[in-house]
Amino acid sequence: MIVLLGRELKLAVRAGGGALTGVLFFLAVVTVVPFGVGPDLNLLARIGPAMLWIGALLSMLLGLERLFQADREDGSLQLLLMSDHPLELVVLVKCLAHWLATGLPLIVATPVFGLMMNMEPALIMAVMATLIAGTPAITLVGAVGAAVTVSLARGGLLIAILVLPLVVPVLIFGVTAAYGAVEDPAPFLPPFLLLCAMTLFFSVLGPFAAAAMLRHAAD
Amino acid sequence: MKLSFEQLTVHRSEREIISGLSAGVASGEVLVVTGPNGCGKSTLLKTIAGLIKPASGKIELTESGDRSIGQCCHYLGHENALKPALSVSENLQFWQKFLALSDFGAGLDIESALELVGLPDIDEIPAGYLSAGQKRRVAIARLLVCKRPVWLLDEPTGALDKKSEARFSKIVDGHRNDGGITIAATHQPLGLKNTKKLQLGPIEQKAMS
Repeated sequence: MIVLLGRELKLAVRAGGGALTGVLFFLAVVTVVPFGVGPDLNLLARIGPAMLWIGALLSMLLGLERLFQADREDGSLQLLLMSDHPLELVVLVKCLAHWLATGLPLIVATPVFGLMMNMEPALIMAVMATLIAGTPAITLVGAVGAAVTVSLARGGLLIAILVLPLVVPVLIFGVTAAYGAVEDPAPFLPPFLLLCAMTLFFSVLGPFAAAAMLRHAAD
Repeated sequence: MKLSFEQLTVHRSEREIISGLSAGVASGEVLVVTGPNGCGKSTLLKTIAGLIKPASGKIELTESGDRSIGQCCHYLGHENALKPALSVSENLQFWQKFLALSDFGAGLDIESALELVGLPDIDEIPAGYLSAGQKRRVAIARLLVCKRPVWLLDEPTGALDKKSEARFSKIVDGHRNDGGITIAATHQPLGLKNTKKLQLGPIEQKAMS
């Protein structure tokens, strides 16, 4: 399983991999916002956490299309199915690799982008914490979408449409928790714990659902 | 070890591709499946590999323990399962470790496997730079780096030149002498002696009868 993780990470950083595309898209979204809403620094700071979360969410969805499709096209998926490793575990490891290659760079880049949105340090830290807790859920739900659309040539948008209703709660609780960390009456811990709960829930449901779909699409 | 299937019927998108097919292959035997395009050769191999569920009939592999048949098989499909961004040895290393089954013994190391397919000194080259025939030969090397008793080969010699074909026959002979089972679907003669043959007919005929 560790070899699979190593292979996926290598593929992500080599030519044609998706590791940097996510961060670049994130950068594009976040830099465009101030041009759109104008130079009102207070307004930027207020919508900052929401914009960072939306940017991160969209960047995560960007690379999901290739999660299983690349393996299906070159025949690797069939061999993955014929190994004696459970497919659920294979899916989980691929999700972990996707998160490490796409999700983690976003979180590392968040402080820089947070400054661009005129956010105070405490709020940036809060957004980072919620992204760490919440982005794995996006990958795990996305894996199900990627498995459903694995045999479709242009499945990317379809994944987004299938997956968005499921990740909206993640977005809501992520942003709520981030605001809760700095605004006094709003609580931080309850939405944050719900966010963690969603990630844990999808880490069980996601691999099983995706594996079931992949077995169906094996030929 | 003996792989056999009885009264195997396989449907694909509502069409009966294989109907009531029975055959068996024992250790050290090679079964060559022939027939016109679309007669179900690939479907048969995928069904044995467990990638397609048969509509009826059963497939058995003796002495496979509690493993599924697919886990005892090497499958060489139309695609080579090579990642263009990874080097040849990285590709083979991954499959060697990922497909390894300890109870069947260790396979060859990557260097000697590449030598057997006639591709020494290319292990550091990204697989994306190889020609179609070279990719095919690396995919054949995959069968050697990790030991599995049953080989399912779908058009194995498609892109190979004469010399590589001869090397390939030797490799299959080696597998056969080792007590392995080989099922190959092909249009071309594989240069192997004493093979069992299975001729599949065109689907139209089957639908009529």
